Amino acid sequence: MALSIATRELDGVTILDLSGRITLGEGSVQLRDAIRELISKGIKNILIGLGEVNYIDSSGLGELVSAYTTAKNQQANVKLLNLTKKVKDVLQLTKLYTVFDIYEDEASAIASFK
Amino acid sequence: MESVSRVEEEAEKLIEAAGIDSDEGFKLVMGIREAAVNAVLHGNSYDPAKFITVTLECSQEQLMATVADEGTGFDMEKLPDPLAEENILRGTGRGIFLIRSFFDEVNFRQLHPGTEIRLVKKFAASTGASS
Repeated sequence: MALSIATRELDGVTILDLSGRITLGEGSVQLRDAIRELISKGIKNILIGLGEVNYIDSSGLGELVSAYTTAKNQQANVKLLNLTKKVKDVLQLTKLYTVFDIYEDEASAIASFK
Repeated sequence: MESVSRVEEEAEKLIEAAGIDSDEGFKLVMGIREAAVNAVLHGNSYDPAKFITVTLECSQEQLMATVADEGTGFDMEKLPDPLAEENILRGTGRGIFLIRSFFDEVNFRQLHPGTEIRLVKKFAASTGASS
């Protein structure tokens, strides 16, 4: 299943609800384009919802890291919401779990941007 | 990337048929897929004239996978540690690390031309894998 991305806004935070796989050829480019578009519009608060992402590969991890660093370079913030166990396991294994701000509920995530 | 998808599908079928626990199976399929991606992307440099060759074998004792490309090879010594502080924010370089995390044995062999990676996962007696 390829990646689908739905975008919404809540309390000044742009939320990307991702669904599917973030892998080379199946979503990593879509994610990159979506983040770059938001950054180019001057959006500073970005929350990536991963609750429906059941697979991420090393390329997908790289895209999450790129999203984080691209945002940082533009004084924007990228945070993660609702990791599935599989995605959480891979983030922990690669120590990226300590890099990102990660939230389990949307209200806390939104509040963290204020 | 169609060849990578096919490798992934075949690995999933084999692992499911062997009755391997789903969490463990997920990691093994992921490792095999990473090896196939490396072969296509880094080994064969996306050259459609080049092939990857994959073997998958599963017994009660172990799962073994080999993935060979037709590329120019690479220097294992130059692979950066993705967990090192200076590398943690790199966008690439985690594929081999993930493979090594999921398999008990990971060996590389230089071919002429190409590189073969051989992955072995040994099962505990209670895993329930079958031939």
